[in-house]
Amino acid sequence: MPEWRSILGGSSRAESRGEGRRAKETPANDAALWSKCPKCGEVLYRRDLAANLDVCTRCGYHFRMSAYDRIASIADGDFVEIGDEIVSSDPLGWSDKKSYEAKLKGDRERSGLSESVLCGFATIGGFPVALGVMDFHFRGGTMGRVTGERITLLLEEARRRKVPCVIFAASGGARMEEGMLALMQMAKTTAAVSRFMEEDNFFLVVLTDPTTGGVAASFAFQADVIVAESKAVVGFAGRRVIEQTIRQRLPDQFQTAEFLLEKGAIDMVVDRRKLKDTLVRLLGYTCHPEPT
Amino acid sequence: MSNNIIVEREKGLLELERRIAELREASAAQPLDMSAEIAALEQKYGEILHELFGALSPWEKVHMARHPARPTSLDYVSRFDRFDELHGDRHYRDDPSIVGGFALLHERPVMVIGQQRGRDTRENLRRNFGMPAPEGYRKTSRLARLASHLKLPIVTFVDTKGADPGISSEEHAQSEAIATCLQTFSTARVPIVAAIVGEGGSGGALALAIADHVLMLEHSTYSVASPEGCAAILWSDATKAEEAAARLKLTADDLRRFGVVDEIIAEPVGGAHRNAQDVVRRTLDAVTAALQRLSALPVERLLEERYRKYRRLGEWQAEGLEATGTGE
Repeated sequence: MPEWRSILGGSSRAESRGEGRRAKETPANDAALWSKCPKCGEVLYRRDLAANLDVCTRCGYHFRMSAYDRIASIADGDFVEIGDEIVSSDPLGWSDKKSYEAKLKGDRERSGLSESVLCGFATIGGFPVALGVMDFHFRGGTMGRVTGERITLLLEEARRRKVPCVIFAASGGARMEEGMLALMQMAKTTAAVSRFMEEDNFFLVVLTDPTTGGVAASFAFQADVIVAESKAVVGFAGRRVIEQTIRQRLPDQFQTAEFLLEKGAIDMVVDRRKLKDTLVRLLGYTCHPEPT
Repeated sequence: MSNNIIVEREKGLLELERRIAELREASAAQPLDMSAEIAALEQKYGEILHELFGALSPWEKVHMARHPARPTSLDYVSRFDRFDELHGDRHYRDDPSIVGGFALLHERPVMVIGQQRGRDTRENLRRNFGMPAPEGYRKTSRLARLASHLKLPIVTFVDTKGADPGISSEEHAQSEAIATCLQTFSTARVPIVAAIVGEGGSGGALALAIADHVLMLEHSTYSVASPEGCAAILWSDATKAEEAAARLKLTADDLRRFGVVDEIIAEPVGGAHRNAQDVVRRTLDAVTAALQRLSALPVERLLEERYRKYRRLGEWQAEGLEATGTGE
């Protein structure tokens, strides 16, 4: 496993909240030593899989990555988290089979995260950046008020520091249980991106599997450069919704990163194992000394 | 049999309306005084109307917002002093589910943009049931940029189930088209007033609803997803839409309380279509009043207040939790 705890060493707050994070090492599914690739069926030793950045060593299938592992795979070292003191409550008093509070609690325990996004500051290949990483394992990466607030804080702070902002998107869209207040995070994050970009700051988004709905249709597709991980599903409407609307099955490659590249919606598709190198090269264009 | 519960419920009333009209006609043609009978019927009609529509549940409001006779965007636009429609996204095609162009409202030149559904099947097919494709959103952001360029305030009418969820829309990057609308409206250097006049369905509605002043008709709905969509997403069961409607807090009163909506336009008992002329007039008056107020603000202040308005939305202090600095 990547050294996900050491990268949080710069933040004392992170240490005081370490309990939730330590839980991540021993959840039920992690107790298993083996993972099976859903694409090729290969049985993978988890340590090998982790060493290969959660990419199947046989077929290259990209497993969904946790935010901590992602940060470890991209940042050079320390990651200083911001906005982690902001946590969700239940604005609508939502309850169905479970109360919303109980759903949040369950996801916090399972993922070791307090929300669907981790935001903070780090360096990538020596370049200081604001870094936001969404995690599909927390409420399907959905955007609630705290998600929107943290991303907005990140963009505002990046604007103040005049550093590029890199966000890894992974989201099922706006969070139902927070109703219109969740939808309004599209407006809020968009306004923050606009302000950030108006001052010639560089905004880069990496679309990971899956990025759909309200996140795709707000800050994610506003980026200066949009990179997508191989085979990531990216779109506005969910596959099921489209199939129900048109009453036919969609082809398998529909809404994949490769499909979007062909349609002109994104800049490039990158294998996760080459992602850090790609980001470092791209960031290089934003911070260049005069040729001598 | 309509699948709209409001339309179904109105059927008996239509019969009463017909009988009252008949009696009036008969009364006018004969020397007999039937005013007592007419008054009695009218009273009964009023009572039933109140009983059926006096207090609507969220689910009933969903149906009211979708009522086929409910005034659509063009019903409002046609009451402007003048309207010169502009077409097309300059890339691919003109999307008839969005109408927009230059207009005069109470002598004020504005840019008006609205989502347009059809009244009948034929028009609905042409207008894609009011569900805009990326081309519609690109037309919208083009017109909003033009308005900002010409210093024309923007007036929008929101009435959509949501953005079109089709193959072509995905191929043409629906996400990017909506994101660009959000960006354009959040930075447009002119006052923006939005009116939620029918259904406000998710991101596809929000794309036209970032505004300095948001009006909402009493029985309109505005939600993160349609009740059917929400039920399908959370419970894989679209038949639980009524339950979802109750949970989503999609009514004008709820949204006014959350600060998503600034002003509610009252509707007559039974819905806007029972006195469309009056509802349209009051809505346009409210739009003008808001424009008057907003036009007096210096542009930088207008933009700062717009940013703060959306910045504040969904703040957790609302629940009395510890306030955290937002760095403002």
